[in-house]
Amino acid sequence: MLDALLTPFTEFEFMRRALVGTIAIAVGGAPVGVFLMLRRMSLTGDAMAHAILPGAAVGYLVAGLSLPAMTAGGLVAGMIVAVLAGLVARFTDLKEDASLAAFYLLSLALGVTIVSLRGSNVDLLHVLFGTVLALDDAALVLIAAIATVTLLALALLYRPLVLECVDPTFLRSVSRAGTPTHLAFLGLVVLNLVGGFHALGTLLAVGLMMLPAAAARFWCADITLMTAAATLIGILSGYAGLLLSYHWELPAGPAVILTAGGIYVLSLTLGPQGGLVWLARPGRHLEA
Amino acid sequence: MRPAGTAIRFDDVTLGYGRRPAVHHLAGTIAPGSLTAIVGPNGAGKSTLLKGVVGTLAPLQGAISLSEGMRTRIAYLPQAADLDRSFPISVYDLVAMGLWSRSGLFGGIGRRDWARIEEALAAVGLTGFERRPIGTLSGGQMQRALFARLLLQDASLILLDEPFTAIDTKTTADLLDLVRRWHDEARTVVAVLHDLDVVRRVFPETLLIAREPVAWGETGTVLHPANLLKARRMIEAHDPHAASCDKGAA
Repeated sequence: MLDALLTPFTEFEFMRRALVGTIAIAVGGAPVGVFLMLRRMSLTGDAMAHAILPGAAVGYLVAGLSLPAMTAGGLVAGMIVAVLAGLVARFTDLKEDASLAAFYLLSLALGVTIVSLRGSNVDLLHVLFGTVLALDDAALVLIAAIATVTLLALALLYRPLVLECVDPTFLRSVSRAGTPTHLAFLGLVVLNLVGGFHALGTLLAVGLMMLPAAAARFWCADITLMTAAATLIGILSGYAGLLLSYHWELPAGPAVILTAGGIYVLSLTLGPQGGLVWLARPGRHLEA
Repeated sequence: MRPAGTAIRFDDVTLGYGRRPAVHHLAGTIAPGSLTAIVGPNGAGKSTLLKGVVGTLAPLQGAISLSEGMRTRIAYLPQAADLDRSFPISVYDLVAMGLWSRSGLFGGIGRRDWARIEEALAAVGLTGFERRPIGTLSGGQMQRALFARLLLQDASLILLDEPFTAIDTKTTADLLDLVRRWHDEARTVVAVLHDLDVVRRVFPETLLIAREPVAWGETGTVLHPANLLKARRMIEAHDPHAASCDKGAA
């Protein structure tokens, strides 16, 4: 039994690398996902992930499957969209979801077109779904660095970020930090999606961000614990997903996200904070 | 003993949305340490006026000036705060936000601050509610928590927008005690209110407004039936052919 749980990682280097990569993605991405969820921006994360695609595709067009080129392209495209969408939502009456839906479709179509101009379907699959089993040193360093920067930045931004979610009017009355905080946060979202994209591809990168966050909401009623729980769920999903893919010969990236999805469904059903079982069987009401 | 001078000065202020005025040509001053009620019908521009003072809405014409040091020491309780009550945060943490002016973005809060938070919670009768998520509070309890946060803000200018709407008499009485306490501490308090009995009992000064200022001064005089009638006649209709207003134009 223990053999089945450990051997894939002790035996094969690519499995170890995949595990390290997914853990780093979970550590950086899960807290960001919790804030995205609490700010009701879950779909924003999804749209951003698509916005990265054309940038990465241009990088690919210029330099092939090159880590620096695709990272830089993705970052630039993501930041542009993040800033534009953020500013539009802030200063006009247009709701963010409306403009993001348009961005998302446009970017996906544009990105796929650009990749197809030069590459094969294999390359396209690589960009869309990632190559978690082929992470080289450079990719691992990049992902780990992004996780580190994310945690440091969140520690600095934590207070205004929470305040902006709970009571934006209050924050505006005591400080001007609201808008810069919002933009910095969007920057973190892009950064983590670019990191996740190398392992999981543009379509699934957002999975290790949002699914653990959504699952954690059913277990904790306090934001600090929720963040910790989301991180743990993300790490667990990475480990269990890679194991499943190894033993059952499933594609690794989707297996990781499916595991996270499974944990989400489990939490939705059993979680003590409003899980379905508790809603269905609330028990007798209390005396006071 | 009240310091003489001006806390807030309105110089022929017009505030509005687009080009439509919500507060039309208001001029006057609010003295430091005064306790002023703003009353008037719905749509009279009361909330708009507070937004103008806080600075979230820039005047279309004229200027609102605050005395030295006042600008950074404002505590503002908006009408039906757009607070996300489903956010997973405790009453204690919500109230602790009031310490922002001393802790800022990154500063820590220490043992003495914890005591102040407990004190504020006790002052509004929420001792024992510290660990409760804010989503479990009733409307009145939430308003108590927000007043505790105001207490901690230790502001010299306190702006309250309809603080007692949909709040029961017991809670209103408790919170009015805090307003009196602020007044005794020589803080400047401005509150938008609808209950004229409360205004007559607690607030020495009143501004009666119906887009245009109707009367401003000592409460007994301002709330004269003739003034109230005048305020009630305010035209709420939206005139699509309204011409440009030349009053006060240079």
